[in-house]
Amino acid sequence: MKKTAINKLVKGLTVALATGAVSMSALADIKPAVVYSDAGKFDKSFSEAVWNNGVKRFMDETGIEVKEAEPTNLAQVEQYMKRLAKRGHSPIVAVGFSQANAVAAAAKEYPDAQFTLIDMVVPEPNVQNVVFKEHEGSFLVGVLAAMKSDSDVIGFVGGMDIPLISRFGCGYEQGAKYQNADIKVIHNMTGSTPAAFGNPSKGAELTRSQMESGADVIFAAAGGTGNGVYQAAADAGKYAIGVDSNQNHLHPGTMLTSMVKRVGEAAYQSYSAAKDGSWAPGVQVMGLAEGGVDWALDEHNRGLVTQQMEARVNDVKAKIIAGEIVVHDYMSDNTCNY
Amino acid sequence: MTYAIQLQGIDKRFGAVHANNKVDLAVETGSIHGIVGENGAGKSTLMSILYGFYQADSGTISVFGNAYRFTDSQQAINAGIGMVHQHFMLVDNFTVLENVVLGAEGGYALAAGMDAARRELKRLANEYGLHVDLDATIDSLSVGLQQRVEILKALYKGAKILILDEPTGVLTPQETDELFKIFAALKQQGVTIILITHKLREIMAITDQVSVMRQGTMVAHVNTDATDESQLAELMVGRKVLLDVSKQPGKPGESLLKVKQLNWSDQHGVARLKNINFDIKAGEILGVAGVSGNGQSELLDVLTGISRLQQGSIEVLGKEFTAKQPFDAATMRTMGMAHVPEDRHKMGMITDFSAAESAIMGYQQDSELNAGVWLKPELVRQRCSELMVAFDVRPKDVQLKSANFSGGNQQKLILAREMERSPDVLIIGQPTRGVDVGAIEFIHQRILAMRDAGKAVLLVSVELEEILSLSDRIVVLCDGEITGRMAVEDADERKLGMLMANVQESHDPLQAQMQEAVQ
Amino acid sequence: MSRDRKLAWINGLLLPLLNVLTAFAATAVLFLLINVNPWEAAQTLLYGAFGYSEGVGYTFYYTTNFIFTGLAVAVAFHAGLFNIGGEGQAYIGGLGAGLVVFALFPELSPLVMIPASIVGALVFGAAWAVGPGYLQAYRGSHIVITTIMFNFLAATLMVYLMSKVLLEPGQMTPQSRLFPDNAWLPFVHDVLANFGIKVDRSPLNMSILLALVVAILVWFFLWQTRWGYAIRATGRNATAATYAGINQKKIIVVTMCISGALAGLVGINELLGYHHRIIMNFHVGYGFGGIAVALMGRNHPFGIVIAALLFGILYQGGAELAFEWSNISRDIVVVMQGLVILFCGALEYMYKPWLMRWLVPVSDSAKGAA
Repeated sequence: MKKTAINKLVKGLTVALATGAVSMSALADIKPAVVYSDAGKFDKSFSEAVWNNGVKRFMDETGIEVKEAEPTNLAQVEQYMKRLAKRGHSPIVAVGFSQANAVAAAAKEYPDAQFTLIDMVVPEPNVQNVVFKEHEGSFLVGVLAAMKSDSDVIGFVGGMDIPLISRFGCGYEQGAKYQNADIKVIHNMTGSTPAAFGNPSKGAELTRSQMESGADVIFAAAGGTGNGVYQAAADAGKYAIGVDSNQNHLHPGTMLTSMVKRVGEAAYQSYSAAKDGSWAPGVQVMGLAEGGVDWALDEHNRGLVTQQMEARVNDVKAKIIAGEIVVHDYMSDNTCNY
Repeated sequence: MTYAIQLQGIDKRFGAVHANNKVDLAVETGSIHGIVGENGAGKSTLMSILYGFYQADSGTISVFGNAYRFTDSQQAINAGIGMVHQHFMLVDNFTVLENVVLGAEGGYALAAGMDAARRELKRLANEYGLHVDLDATIDSLSVGLQQRVEILKALYKGAKILILDEPTGVLTPQETDELFKIFAALKQQGVTIILITHKLREIMAITDQVSVMRQGTMVAHVNTDATDESQLAELMVGRKVLLDVSKQPGKPGESLLKVKQLNWSDQHGVARLKNINFDIKAGEILGVAGVSGNGQSELLDVLTGISRLQQGSIEVLGKEFTAKQPFDAATMRTMGMAHVPEDRHKMGMITDFSAAESAIMGYQQDSELNAGVWLKPELVRQRCSELMVAFDVRPKDVQLKSANFSGGNQQKLILAREMERSPDVLIIGQPTRGVDVGAIEFIHQRILAMRDAGKAVLLVSVELEEILSLSDRIVVLCDGEITGRMAVEDADERKLGMLMANVQESHDPLQAQMQEAVQ
Repeated sequence: MSRDRKLAWINGLLLPLLNVLTAFAATAVLFLLINVNPWEAAQTLLYGAFGYSEGVGYTFYYTTNFIFTGLAVAVAFHAGLFNIGGEGQAYIGGLGAGLVVFALFPELSPLVMIPASIVGALVFGAAWAVGPGYLQAYRGSHIVITTIMFNFLAATLMVYLMSKVLLEPGQMTPQSRLFPDNAWLPFVHDVLANFGIKVDRSPLNMSILLALVVAILVWFFLWQTRWGYAIRATGRNATAATYAGINQKKIIVVTMCISGALAGLVGINELLGYHHRIIMNFHVGYGFGGIAVALMGRNHPFGIVIAALLFGILYQGGAELAFEWSNISRDIVVVMQGLVILFCGALEYMYKPWLMRWLVPVSDSAKGAA
């Protein structure tokens, strides 16, 4: 009797030590992975930004291989995610809100794996959710757009018609109206499916029609579709505002600024945190205060932004961070009443 | 005497069908040569061989004294043969000019070739009186003018020999006259014309010589002025071994099928049935004689509900159907009418189906075969084997594909299907076409048995022998009209032959008129 | 062996087999070009499809979809109709399944809920096919054109519904709210677990049984009922069908309804079986894949089940390839599937003349025709 009890204890200890050793080694040598959206890795949008600014950067800097998976349908998203978890990959970055269901399922089944989900919240103990306050950043570029506009008409071209994109548009409108209560904001969405994030010709078309209605500053929150928006604005000598990454360099002289949303950064930070052992689950809200969103001012648009504009935008930014200005979040009630 | 075309011993088989059996043909240069024969006699196959569409299994072709072996129609064209098909081979939305140069554009740059073609066509038009607006699109032209384009096309490609397949089938009488004038002009210029038709009157009016085909063989070559229409009709239809059919005198009862004022036009608006009236009594066989293509198929289709009734009425067992109440084949079947179609492959059975499946065609809804919607396979098979026994169909394999039975056995299976249900009205088209002699007698006896059982039978056949030996009364169809009706006792082949050609015993004024027009 | 027998073997087995092998050979060449050892790739593919229980589950899960769409195409084919609209019909069928679930009381027993939802999928799928059928029968619009156009209409309609009407509040993904769990078809791994058989989780659900039952029903329908008889007669010989008193127009419309209903069942496998909500684009690829499946399966339910399995293997094994081999992208997998469709569909009869010459000598064929 006694002997077996001791045996058990010893066995238990060994197991504990063994697991400890495993997690220790995981600290030093992580096996990160990423599951791109079912639009593919090079979707000229979200997945590509995660690749360029997150995955590639991390691999280049650390030499650690990130296992990439490119699913073709939603069933495969879950399949790949579980497979990655089963093989001990962690953290697994899930790109985009459409993977929320798959992350929820995989996280439940593999509680030891760490998941980082971008743009959506899945309340599981092993999921890190990174969401952005796009409305705050959009508010800032709205302020700038209103100051830059001569016609008092500005435009917004969204990608897919979903609450997330309306959040951009609504924040932008609020900022513009905050600056100039009489300004008119034209809203257009490119489409209702994820394909709307990769349709530059439709983007250009919408931009031209907005410019015909008088808009002289146009903000695109439309992934790859935005390229068409910027080109159309540049062709007409009007201003455009980029999104997600700093796109000011695309058409210097007509790119007024960019509303930076650091998705690649989120992936990069997840991997880095895992490497340092500081990875933590929960919801990370990346607003202006956290540097998750911002407006971009660099040598490419320096000439377009006057000192006065810069001061004003930074003033508004400080007020938002301080809570003096509360930007209405479209997604809180699915309306843009502020 | 020089020959434009000499065919010797042309032989062609399609599977079991002997389409051309050692056919000889000689066409004098500069003549108009008619080839007549019923549908399926082998005329089209012969011309297709001459034009390079098919290759003969054996035999020789020589054109203007040179031997050829055409493997495609381009070679025939190069040898100086042009063909005007029954169905025009024209691109509807192209102009006349574009159609004519199609396939003979002369180089990659279209414009130069077009100009040359325009000059050449103008010359041809003047020479042969073939006037047509070169820049009109085909779909804006009348059928007669479209045909003219076909002729121009052939001449443009250098044809010295023109083959025309049923050229007048789609023409009005006036257009036909015009066409014959063109023929005369072409002949004058030394062009040789081969005219394929089954309209004997046209043959008499326009040709110099005529060749008659029947069942794949050439049965006669005659000079046109040494023959007449009734002789040609007889040659075309031919005589079969006289079969001994013992027939009891009929005991006709009341009328079971009455057809009144039936008129019917095809999709092109051509009248195919004109003012048809007849009735058939119980215990009577009404024979419909005629050269095939004179409205028999249309009559069968309209009577049995396959084609929609347009004008007139059909009364079956006292119930009248008019154009106002649509009916289909199923309606007619429930009325007690059965139909043995003329063409068993196209209509009578589905060759891909098993014998059992073909043997229930038309009766697939039968409550005896179905339990609810379940078409019980064992019942279907059982039905088929019963039919096979009753009509001695061989082999007695109900699962065998319908296509793999011989023609006679296929026909017996169809007859069994339609007769074994003892319909009150039986409509039969060509009951013994392509059927071996042994089966013919059997089929004839069965048809007579139906009559003796008090059924009304409509018998459509191109075999005069069959009509004469089975019918109680006879009507003759020619060009969609009933040209004669008589009791069988008053009929003979010569009489019928004349009615089939719609000529009076004596002088035919129209025929004379046409000959004048040519000369 | 009789000529009929020989032909049946050639058409039914030898030809599809040769076509698939050719497609694989072409794929092998493709793999060599991108420095992938085809033999190892084939092993990965087969391992992915059958090597472990989860993979097997995925294989059969895809197979289920292909059975439904393959049957849909085949039924239409038997009436001489080429239904290219499987995509749209599957999509709308899924909508029907979901709408029924949302329309019923969530507390309803699954024994009511699930059959009702299946009926919803059938009815909606049929409804999406009846339009093209009607236009073909009564207006002469070609079914190929109209069904393709209805695919676009379905996609547009679903975009509207999913983004404006059925969207779960607060959701970004255009998807409906979750079905109540009494509308969930049991997963096969759960069912097997009840019997003490442990297999890995996979999307494979009881729809596979539905698919097999439907395959049998389709066989029964086509070859054992008078409606099936009328459909086959129409497809084989329309003139003879008219002679037999079959109303072709009606047959066309009814057949398209059945075809659409079958395609609609894809929605059951996808939505009731796995996603448990209406989502976008769950149907993509299966409608068109069904055409190849039907062709390869010679429009016979048994052949279709086999061909659907092949496509299931290609889908799941292909996913495995793309996952395991860094130089095989998911697009290469699509090319591989495309090659199978090319050789089995477009070039279906490539080998036939040669096979006929070799295996069915002329003397034999003359005898057969006599």
